[in-house]
Amino acid sequence: MRQADTSAWSGILVYIECRQGKVRPVGRELLAEAGRLAVKLGADVYGAALGSGMEAIAGQLSGCPLARLYLYETEDEYSPLHYEKIMTECIAEVKPSIVLIGGTQEGRALAPRLAVAFESGLTADCTSLDIDDEGCLVQVRPAFGGNVMASIVTRFTRPQFATVRPGIIEEPCAESCGEPEIVRAAVRQAENTFRILDVEEREVSGGIADARLLVVAGRGVKKKEDLEMLRELAALLGGTLASSRALVERGWMPPGCQIGLSGSTVNPEYMITCGVSGTVQFMAGMRHTKNIIAVNTDPDARIFEIAHYPVCGDLYEIVPAMIERLRAGKGDDLIDIHI
Amino acid sequence: MRIAVCMKQVPAASEGNMDTETGVLIRTGLEAVVNVYDLAALEAALRLKEAYGADIHVFTMGPEKAESVLREAFAMGADEGFLVCDTAFAGADVLATSYTLKQAIGSVGSYDLILCGKQTTDGDTAQVSGALAKWMDIAHVSWASEIADISQNTVKVRYNMDNRMICARVQMPCILSVEKDSFIPRMPSLKLKISGRKKEIHTLSLRDLTDCDEEHYGLKGSATRVCKIFPPERTKRQGLVSLGGEKAAEYILKILDSGAREVRI
Repeated sequence: MRQADTSAWSGILVYIECRQGKVRPVGRELLAEAGRLAVKLGADVYGAALGSGMEAIAGQLSGCPLARLYLYETEDEYSPLHYEKIMTECIAEVKPSIVLIGGTQEGRALAPRLAVAFESGLTADCTSLDIDDEGCLVQVRPAFGGNVMASIVTRFTRPQFATVRPGIIEEPCAESCGEPEIVRAAVRQAENTFRILDVEEREVSGGIADARLLVVAGRGVKKKEDLEMLRELAALLGGTLASSRALVERGWMPPGCQIGLSGSTVNPEYMITCGVSGTVQFMAGMRHTKNIIAVNTDPDARIFEIAHYPVCGDLYEIVPAMIERLRAGKGDDLIDIHI
Repeated sequence: MRIAVCMKQVPAASEGNMDTETGVLIRTGLEAVVNVYDLAALEAALRLKEAYGADIHVFTMGPEKAESVLREAFAMGADEGFLVCDTAFAGADVLATSYTLKQAIGSVGSYDLILCGKQTTDGDTAQVSGALAKWMDIAHVSWASEIADISQNTVKVRYNMDNRMICARVQMPCILSVEKDSFIPRMPSLKLKISGRKKEIHTLSLRDLTDCDEEHYGLKGSATRVCKIFPPERTKRQGLVSLGGEKAAEYILKILDSGAREVRI
């Protein structure tokens, strides 16, 4: 059995992901969560940021419940062994009981390396966090594909590593009046095992994360060709077609269109789900949508529990009828005015 | 060049269910298949083999029936198959799974490249390949969509990182986990399928590994424990309406039209 002296580790360290001197939103989200957990533990919150333009970081974190902030001025682009080395040294110095990391691609590349470096537990993509009676971190995440939740605890080793996807923690940072102590270091990349040749910003607009209206295809769609009908509906409504995981796994939809814990978190004004059953992993990626219209033939579908407008019906009848009405111009004004 | 590919057998449906009364998992009738993301890893390996020449060894960790993963890999063109199978390996989390794979791969030899799928459809964490890389203390790139230009023991990799496409030159050996859409798996060949049936499967159990201490594997070697499983909270359903096509279409368009304030049927 793996075991460590758990009493030697205390507090919460948050990996604050930055890009070119800007804190990414998930960093503030994690600090807010860490602040709440720290109150229950009666412990401190520490932050660590790596990259370029570190002098601008502290100002973006005012009000966050930070006791100490470590700023490592270094290469802005993540590289595996280099970032791991800086963070392992930081963790060895701080000795936190808990390390929280954003579930971004950078965070999910870094987290497993750190967990193995300390031979401790890692729980990925947590949907909620709490502290149990023994002071351990209770990490809740969907299991077995998403219709079951699991509470996971790292009891005997430290630190306890957890990642949380961006957009999962909604509350803003709790206001804190104290200013953190700041520890600065400049670290040059020593390794030559990894050399960045080129970075290309990708066009992100027009993606599902920016859409004001999403039509979402689920496993109730029987054939790949039927997606065309849903695509047309989305186009007529000035929206975008997205999907649940099932259709991505079938290869019918590209991964970039997937909503859910293992896809994207979206927050559109309107969402029309068609044949989506509503697994936990799906709903974790869309529950903040303002107006959810759900179409499903199964009256017990879970999606109806969070839908503002649950419609028990067949998408194969409803979608063509909507398209026909929209084509006939019956819906012309609504698109211009409201969407 | 020697390439190791990690593949996993998973339930065909990615959604198990739970009896809300008894709390028992309903896992019956779930057919076992190869994790689709891992087929892309094998495809990437086969393309490198065609371009540079390589020996492709597939590793799968699981029960005896996971042998079918290796047969499927043979039918696509894999050279050797290793079944990492022992009751001591069961119940492993990210830490113990990655350690077992490190031990298994290390017991067979050294590899220039280790390829993985970007995630599994059952565990869904996408963390094992990164953990394996740390056990081996080598670089790791996730979400790779292009693997090219192998020279002087380095490889050029293009990968997605939070909405940016990055191109890097990485020292080998290294671990790459690949994007599914960039490496659409080829159809299995009938000829290879037939010859693959007779191919020997190498089984690796605890005693074949350098570290034979069973405390380091499976549930015992795991740092995390599932302490509770429970059905997700069911909130009260809000006014479900059952409507036929025309009526429903009208209703939904009215919702959109009204700015989704109050809508009556």
